[in-house]
Amino acid sequence: MTCLHCENAPCETVCPVLATVHSSDGLNQQVYNRCVGTRYCANNCPPKVRRFNWFEYDHGEPIERMVLNPDVVVRSRGVMEKCSLCVQRIQAGKADAKRAGRPVADGDIRTACQQSCPAGAIVFGDLNDPKSRVAALVKSGRNYRLFEDLNIGPVVSYLTKLRNPGSKEGV
Amino acid sequence: MSHAVSPLREPLVSEARTLHQLTDEIARPMERRPTKAWWCAFLASFSALVLGVYCVSVQVMTGVGTWGLNKTVGWAFDITNFVFWIGIGHAGTLISAILFLFRQKWRTSINRSAEAMTLFAVMCAGLFPIIHMGRPWFAYFAAPYPNDRGPLWVNFRSPLVWDMFAISTYFIISAVFWYVGLLPDLATMRDRAKSAIRKAIYGALSLGWNGSQRTWLRYETVYLLLAGLATPLVLSVHSIVSMDFATSILPGWHTTIFPPYFVAGAVFSGFAMVLTLMIIARHVMGWKHLITIRHVENMTKIMIATGGIVGFAYATEFFTAWYSGNELERFAFSNRAFGPYAWAYWIMVGCNVLIPQFFWFKKIRTSVAAVFALSILVNVGMWFERFVIIVTSLHRDFLPSSWAMYAPTFIEVGTLVGTFGLFFTCFLLFIRVLPAVSIAEVKAVSGYARKIGVTTEFREQSAKKPVDSWRERNGEPNGHGGRTPPQPQSTQRSEEKKKGDKKEDAGAGADLVTEAGE
Repeated sequence: MTCLHCENAPCETVCPVLATVHSSDGLNQQVYNRCVGTRYCANNCPPKVRRFNWFEYDHGEPIERMVLNPDVVVRSRGVMEKCSLCVQRIQAGKADAKRAGRPVADGDIRTACQQSCPAGAIVFGDLNDPKSRVAALVKSGRNYRLFEDLNIGPVVSYLTKLRNPGSKEGV
Repeated sequence: MSHAVSPLREPLVSEARTLHQLTDEIARPMERRPTKAWWCAFLASFSALVLGVYCVSVQVMTGVGTWGLNKTVGWAFDITNFVFWIGIGHAGTLISAILFLFRQKWRTSINRSAEAMTLFAVMCAGLFPIIHMGRPWFAYFAAPYPNDRGPLWVNFRSPLVWDMFAISTYFIISAVFWYVGLLPDLATMRDRAKSAIRKAIYGALSLGWNGSQRTWLRYETVYLLLAGLATPLVLSVHSIVSMDFATSILPGWHTTIFPPYFVAGAVFSGFAMVLTLMIIARHVMGWKHLITIRHVENMTKIMIATGGIVGFAYATEFFTAWYSGNELERFAFSNRAFGPYAWAYWIMVGCNVLIPQFFWFKKIRTSVAAVFALSILVNVGMWFERFVIIVTSLHRDFLPSSWAMYAPTFIEVGTLVGTFGLFFTCFLLFIRVLPAVSIAEVKAVSGYARKIGVTTEFREQSAKKPVDSWRERNGEPNGHGGRTPPQPQSTQRSEEKKKGDKKEDAGAGADLVTEAGE
């Protein structure tokens, strides 16, 4: 599972130092250099998608550093981290659009998971844009959200499996 | 005059002591070389403390990964120990503040040590919120201090911020209350001091106490006000600690009964710890006539009451989970009682619900050895209560895919042992340098103060009246508390001292003969 980027995120209310906050884009963001590492956010996260840096993971080797994404900051030990919905790609996409003097078009920004999924099962886009692919899928009738009874308002949603109950296989 | 003491009532402290003897007995442990028993206890505690320092150093230098936590169980020993130690502290404040306001005079023999216990327990507790952080060197981020980072501020919605305020307030008020209560005794120590260094230290600490009526009057007023300030803390601090859990959305934590349940549990565990400490102290220090069986009994009675509340809360939690119809709630509680940590749950129930039932029997209440053993079991149970609440709720939460198990590492166990080391090291140093029983207060409840009129004129007055109350004899110098010692005591004490200084060595061995408390 990935972070659901809840609109009413349980992790955000419990952080004593406001290290996890909501962006105007609707992202649940983790501010690494503000995080003191109480881990309360992870405890209060229903899908348990936050990951803690238990140790200082050494990336001192120059060759080893080459595998790291230069656009993403390396988190120090004692800091909570989580899916950022590839905020670096979102920022880059917005900047490109701004330079080109046009609004961000649907499909301009692709998250890393979306890009690498061979089945194309992951769709990313602007839910507020009624013409976007993701908005159409959410309205498709197959869409469901996790933990709706907890009223946490997850933004990441899932599509149900298509079944054919009439067929012999029943799948 | 509402505060008459029935002459039929047994005095709290035996009559076979003069005021000087009482002073002498309480002050002597600080004026002689430490005993072998003290050294053994101190070395054991200090070794435990050193182990704790080692474990915390390793953890802070290497990372929280030295603990057995994982992504599912983000808190375990750390917060368990935190809540456990905060709870221990509560009995001290209850004894010193609430029992003072309710004029429970039996508190006088135990309040000083109980307050010291509170301070040391809060010190142990305060360690954990800091070291459990991934980056403890940034712990000050949790305080709303003025900074140049623009709108960066703490999150007042987070119960961890409330905790920070609650614990720091609690520590400051407890320390001030304890220190103010010490003033008259520090002055006594100053007056008894033979070496110039002792005199200078106790003199500076006693803030120029002169024992005059005016000083006593102001002292009593300040003490009463501080008792009033400390009283709400008994309820508020552990309520706020419980909100660390209650404001979350995790089944097993998200429970509205937590504040009263935690406060009762805190008082319960605190009294168990006071009993453990006091039973040791009365044996080691020979204070069986000061900390009597009646004190032990009174404390066990409070434990029956608070243990009952805790047991009721356990049952209520299960009922609520069942009655809510919420599958996750129901699962959280059935997992608690029958899941992989069921052993911890049943230790908790056994120690906290069944053990206090033994205190219904007078034979057990009055057997010091039995009470000692049971009080330790209650502490074990209360530690497990916090462990059960924290770990069993976390390890199997919403999604079975994230379920995990938790087991402590050596570092975590060593840190827990280390806090016991810190606690007992502080306590042992405390009984060496400060009067562990309030000298001034104990005199006011001693048989001597009640029976013998304190000066000749008051003696005559009291002979006419059957009601034996020093307050009536003294003509009510101020309007509160049963705590004011007999007013002419300061003169009495200086007279005693003149005589006492001469016969100090002679009297030293003689006053342990009668053990009238039992």
